[in-house]
Amino acid sequence: MLTISAALRARIVAHARADHPDEACGVIAGPAGSDRPQRFIPMDNAERSPTFYRFDSMEQLRVWREMDDRDEEPVVIYHSHTATEAYPSRTDISYASEPGAHYVLVSTRDPDKEEFRSFRIAGGVVTEEDVEVVAAPE
Amino acid sequence: MAVEVRIPTILRSYTGGAKSVEGSGGTLAELLSDLDSRHGGLQERLVDQGGLRRFVNVYLNDEDVRFLGGLTTPVKDGDTVTVLPAVAGGRA
Repeated sequence: MLTISAALRARIVAHARADHPDEACGVIAGPAGSDRPQRFIPMDNAERSPTFYRFDSMEQLRVWREMDDRDEEPVVIYHSHTATEAYPSRTDISYASEPGAHYVLVSTRDPDKEEFRSFRIAGGVVTEEDVEVVAAPE
Repeated sequence: MAVEVRIPTILRSYTGGAKSVEGSGGTLAELLSDLDSRHGGLQERLVDQGGLRRFVNVYLNDEDVRFLGGLTTPVKDGDTVTVLPAVAGGRA
């Protein structure tokens, strides 16, 4: 299960809407081992594409080093699909490389409907999980 | 000569769980080959017949080796190599 504050959930959705029709992407860091998403880190989609996303390699290095320095890990890795459902695609699954992260998918295919789902992806296996939205970050 | 190589979570099964291992070599290619001699299978996760795998980022100190010399990038004593699988995906 993903437990996330309403505020952080809203920021993910806002980022996805803002970047539509390109795919948006980012990370929410939290204290290592806590499973608590706390620090919102929107990333640039270096591909700037409606069908693909990729973190810029230097930005990723900076962010990953910063998390390491702060004893954090990527609790949530999110991205959006702009014309398809909020479900991990084949490429999403094959490139998923943080087995401890919650992979959040947002779809912006419908401007009036919100699609926000969370998944665990490990060893090529996708498992959808519940999302528990809480009032405030801990 | 010793180069520290920082290993991402997903590849620590090759290093017995270690976040960081040491290796030696004059170039990145030699270094990876050296690591593979003690951590069998690691090299294949990073390199294919075309060179460094496309969706793995390898950095020498603060630079992405794609902008240096790829596998031919020289490494020296005291350098740090960091491996980070790319975070990527898409519609299909």
